[in-house]
Amino acid sequence: MGTDFLQYVISGITIGAIYAMVAIGYNIIYSVTEIINFAQGEFVMLGGLFAVFFAGTLHLPLYLAFICAVAVAGCLGLAMDRFIIGRARESSVLSLIIITIAVSILLKGSAMLAWGKDPYSLPAFSSGGPIMVAGAAIQPQALWITGICALVVIGLTLFFRKSVYGQAMLACANNPQAARLVGIPVRYMVFLSFILSAAIGAAAGVIITPVSMMEYERGALLGLKGFGAAAFGGLGQFFGALVAGLILGLAESFCAGYLSSGYKDAVALVLLLMVLFLKPEGLFGNREAARLKKF
Amino acid sequence: MKSAKNLICLAALGTLIAAAILFWSRGEGIAAKEPYKIGAVFSITGGASLLGEPEKKTAEMIRDEINKQGGIDGHPLELVMYDDETDPTKCNLAVKKLNKKDEVPVIIGPSTSGTSLAVVGVAEEAQVPLISCAASYKIVTPVETHKWIFKVAGSDSHVVGKMFDYMKSKNVKKIGIMTVSDGFGASGREELLRLAPENGITIVADERYGPQDTDLSAQLTKIRSAQPDAIVNWSTGPTQVLAVKNWRDLGMDAIPLYQSHGFGNLKNIELAGKAAEGVILPLARVNIGNLLPDDHPQKKVIMEYTKSYEERYKEPVSSFGGHAWDSMYLAISALKAVGPDPAKIRDHIENTKDFVGQHGIFKMSPQDHNGLSKDDLEMVVVKDGKWALAK
Repeated sequence: MGTDFLQYVISGITIGAIYAMVAIGYNIIYSVTEIINFAQGEFVMLGGLFAVFFAGTLHLPLYLAFICAVAVAGCLGLAMDRFIIGRARESSVLSLIIITIAVSILLKGSAMLAWGKDPYSLPAFSSGGPIMVAGAAIQPQALWITGICALVVIGLTLFFRKSVYGQAMLACANNPQAARLVGIPVRYMVFLSFILSAAIGAAAGVIITPVSMMEYERGALLGLKGFGAAAFGGLGQFFGALVAGLILGLAESFCAGYLSSGYKDAVALVLLLMVLFLKPEGLFGNREAARLKKF
Repeated sequence: MKSAKNLICLAALGTLIAAAILFWSRGEGIAAKEPYKIGAVFSITGGASLLGEPEKKTAEMIRDEINKQGGIDGHPLELVMYDDETDPTKCNLAVKKLNKKDEVPVIIGPSTSGTSLAVVGVAEEAQVPLISCAASYKIVTPVETHKWIFKVAGSDSHVVGKMFDYMKSKNVKKIGIMTVSDGFGASGREELLRLAPENGITIVADERYGPQDTDLSAQLTKIRSAQPDAIVNWSTGPTQVLAVKNWRDLGMDAIPLYQSHGFGNLKNIELAGKAAEGVILPLARVNIGNLLPDDHPQKKVIMEYTKSYEERYKEPVSSFGGHAWDSMYLAISALKAVGPDPAKIRDHIENTKDFVGQHGIFKMSPQDHNGLSKDDLEMVVVKDGKWALAK
């Protein structure tokens, strides 16, 4: 019984870390622009598939493939803002959100044409079998996933709290006009937010591909779960996203383990609904601040 | 001026001669026997394109081969093919079109159970024989109301039956099952639950998961705690590879992993890598032609099909292409025997006995419009990254 419990915890944390990273991607763009970028899941998918391309087709070493995939996704994020979102800058936030849905369909379709419908896999980052802890198996890749996720959360929190650029990015969201008046280049900050969020999404995609493989249609569901985590933790809250992602992953894992795995996907949606009914600003969100936001 | 006039005369003469030749050659075309039509509807694009694509290729290949050999008793074979885009509504329209506009005497396809069930009524009403390439037993039962419908894909009950027979020989008494929550998994689960008691097998764990799931360790851990003698996973797509990887990562090798016939694609072994070693599954013989003994009745047709398909398309054969082969040749042999008369074709197919196809030796009867049994499958095991016959 104890072994099983431990196993559920381990798989819950692994998948939760992924949800957290997707949620963080939503948060970055939201923090700066108030846009909820529904193409976030597709960047996860593209990250994984590009890593497969660089490592499998071009035979680059895995760490280079990781960097290249993240860089390519970052460029795509930039292009998405520069050529699509940026052109509709004057529209309402709602229209922009709908545009992101269109972009996600476009990315998914292009990925299907480029890679076909088959799933692809990557070798694990470090070789070796699972590590056994009290009878429960931990895959080395799971350690990579949680480690990279923790690094991203800590790094971003520091970036937004301590660095001038991070502060500038937040200022753009709070009041773009005022930010411009004090000399912050708002356009560049928005670019930066799209690059960052696409890159983090892609990194999440690369690190799960060795465990769960990647195919063109994987993005939508991961994006949905990640959005659930983002809303649950409070939109714009990085620490909240981490906690909410882990709760979501653990809840799913326990549901599959102790209830029925058939209800697993419902868990995310039920949690999301409960949050929206009971605490619309999310677990760590600020009620006052939430009231001022459009979404 | 004069030379220009001459040129015009010459051109006119040339045109006349060309027209005469064209007319003459057309005339000869009419003189040849009228073509026999076979209608086909496959899911060439959309969600089931993995099925429809090899089916289309196989059907076209057979058409070309037959026509190269001079057609069916001198009648050239014409294949009228539509793509239903894996959409039941479009499939329904395509079958209506084949019936009303193209007036084909026999239809092969559709590719999936969903699209097939959507056209059963149309074919029945139009009284045109339809040979589906999909698996669900609901396509052909009850026979009284499915007089005109046949199917060439084996049922899930055959796959489960074969698997249970093998398990009994290995003294497996308790199994844990995990199925994907889509049509394929639900149908497999139904048969597993239905056939287990009569085979003396107890299902001690029954887990389901979504087709997009990224981790199955929780389900496998739960199954392990029920201490089964074997695990059966029933899914298609990435989750069946995921099941193999998680099973290996959790160190559960001591409990053998069985997969459904859905795993029967070398691509899956490639994706799972070393983790797939030892996975057991029932597979149609079309996938393992080279493993069959030389005196096996299906060996010849399977090897011939495999060779010409792989030469022409530079890709390995699949179960699905095999379904198209079986349906195409059933239709061709009926056309050859009775000509393009829908009612006669129906009767001929229904009375077809010992038709040696890619998926087995079909024994059609008025009670059984499928004609296959569990004995048309082989148990295989993954060994050194390839299929091997399971002992």
